[in-house]
Amino acid sequence: MGKTPNRNSRGCYPGEVPCRSFLKKQWMKSKYVYIMAIPVMLYYLLFYYEPMYGALIAFKNFSPAEGIWGSAWVGLKHFETFFSSYYFERLIMNTLLINIYGVIFSFPAPIILALLLNEVKNKAYKKMVQTDSYLPHFVSLVVIVGMILEFTSKDGLVNDIIAMLGMQRVSFMTKPEWFRTIYIASDIWQGVGWGSIIYLAALANIDPQLYEASKIDGAGRWKQMLHITLPGLAPTVIILLILRIGSLMSVGYEKIILMYNPAIYDTADVISTFVYRKGIQEMSYSYSTAIGLFNSVINFILVVSANFISRKTSETSLW
Amino acid sequence: MTIKRRLSEGVFDIINYFILLLLVLITLYPFLYILFASLSDPLKVLQRGSLLLWPEGFNTGAYKMVFKNPMILTGYKNTIIYVVAGTAINILMTSFGAYVLSRKDLYGRRFFMFMIAFTMFFSGGLIPLYLLINQLNMVNTVWAIIIPSAISTWNLIVMRTSFEAIPDSMFESAKIDGGNDFTILFRIILPLSMPIVAVMILFYSVGQWNSWFGAMIYLRERELYPLQLILREILITNSVDSMTAGLGGDIEPIAENIKYATVMIATVPILMVYPFLQKYFVKGVMIGAIKE
Repeated sequence: MGKTPNRNSRGCYPGEVPCRSFLKKQWMKSKYVYIMAIPVMLYYLLFYYEPMYGALIAFKNFSPAEGIWGSAWVGLKHFETFFSSYYFERLIMNTLLINIYGVIFSFPAPIILALLLNEVKNKAYKKMVQTDSYLPHFVSLVVIVGMILEFTSKDGLVNDIIAMLGMQRVSFMTKPEWFRTIYIASDIWQGVGWGSIIYLAALANIDPQLYEASKIDGAGRWKQMLHITLPGLAPTVIILLILRIGSLMSVGYEKIILMYNPAIYDTADVISTFVYRKGIQEMSYSYSTAIGLFNSVINFILVVSANFISRKTSETSLW
Repeated sequence: MTIKRRLSEGVFDIINYFILLLLVLITLYPFLYILFASLSDPLKVLQRGSLLLWPEGFNTGAYKMVFKNPMILTGYKNTIIYVVAGTAINILMTSFGAYVLSRKDLYGRRFFMFMIAFTMFFSGGLIPLYLLINQLNMVNTVWAIIIPSAISTWNLIVMRTSFEAIPDSMFESAKIDGGNDFTILFRIILPLSMPIVAVMILFYSVGQWNSWFGAMIYLRERELYPLQLILREILITNSVDSMTAGLGGDIEPIAENIKYATVMIATVPILMVYPFLQKYFVKGVMIGAIKE
């Protein structure tokens, strides 16, 4: 043996990165934790990271026989086809509009509900309203959409009410102009109660002393709401708004696939439902993957920039 | 406090209580309407054409017809299998992941955390996943339903937050007593975290109970269909024909009644357990809301 270099405080030789004796020590210490991590990491690699690799077929003409790597490269062909297709503008507009209406109508609804509930002094009444309003959140989408279709049909409940008020019955689900209203209204109906929980938690965290002090200063409930409740709620609202804006270009396909029909594709068809139809029903794998990838990239950019802007302006951010 | 102000606040309270009462009615009435309509005489509902406040003529025929449909029972059976098996895998995998991420001194923890959190922001999309499941030969098997959804990243992070709240001294004393990490997880951490485990069981099992999309794209054989897919056929793609075949006459009103009865049969189990579980659901949202 020649001269042995001195080990540093971690037990490593200088310049040895990563250092074997350090790794060995970590392994000995947490062997079973690493064994536990194996199935979890395999799960994420297989079901999240393998599909990211699989998204390469967006740049190829995928054929199952040749596999992901073996299929021929075609560059940006599928993206160009999509950008120049008749559907491009419609899909982008529909996806954006559903989200913009969502931000305008669905987003504030639970905040308003939480503020109203916060003003209720009778505990039993508050509890009753809360319990009741969470309920639709747990009913399956299939049943919810089944109910929507039933109620909006020509002889359904909504039309019965319209007829009672002396107006003409409307065939809602064949009229593209009604789709967004029905989608957003049913979203609010199903989610307003559940969405309010997080705001109620934030309200419960406001220091009661603030209210006491303001009362001594002569502030009424309106002033208290304006100067104590709303500022106390602001950080939660901002965080959730960032998340919401980060998903401005994504709409879940499940509810729309259940709701729509070709007569209302004009307003109801969004990027994710188009990907589903092209990819799974028509088996244009590469083309639909390209559209999906385009959407994923935009979503990623949106979340990252929403977070960046929020961190710069308000010190509230997701990470 | 001035009289004027007290008066205006009193008016506000009354309006507030009224708005919330209206919300309760709007939430509940659709379910009540379906209950009443399902128990009504089908022709009378159609003729009445207005709000139902009570069943019109009493008739349980629709329920009998739904239960005679063998697919409803098969669907129920399959759903129960998927919920039980799926939730067991969910809880095992999620607690493994949460335990790994909660070990603060673990070398590589930040890497694991990044690898998991990144999937919340970027994904390869629906089609590559679909092709993968096809390639793994999972199509038309139970595995396609329960394995791809083995972990919900959101739930994993909620559970990790809850594990991190357990004092380190618990781990250290268990280590000194010769326990390895598996025994620490199963004998100490999970029993100490029963409330959060309950929340996770509830979130996962409700999710599994309500899921239909995976089953629709991965299952070919009707014998494997979960309840939600059968419901979709009855409620949305309108195939009540199998149940009304041979009835003759005007089947339209009866078909409507069958739909209402189906909604009730599929929803009642959740409505029954819901009041008892409600407080756990709320707890889960609260833990998830804690920002790191």
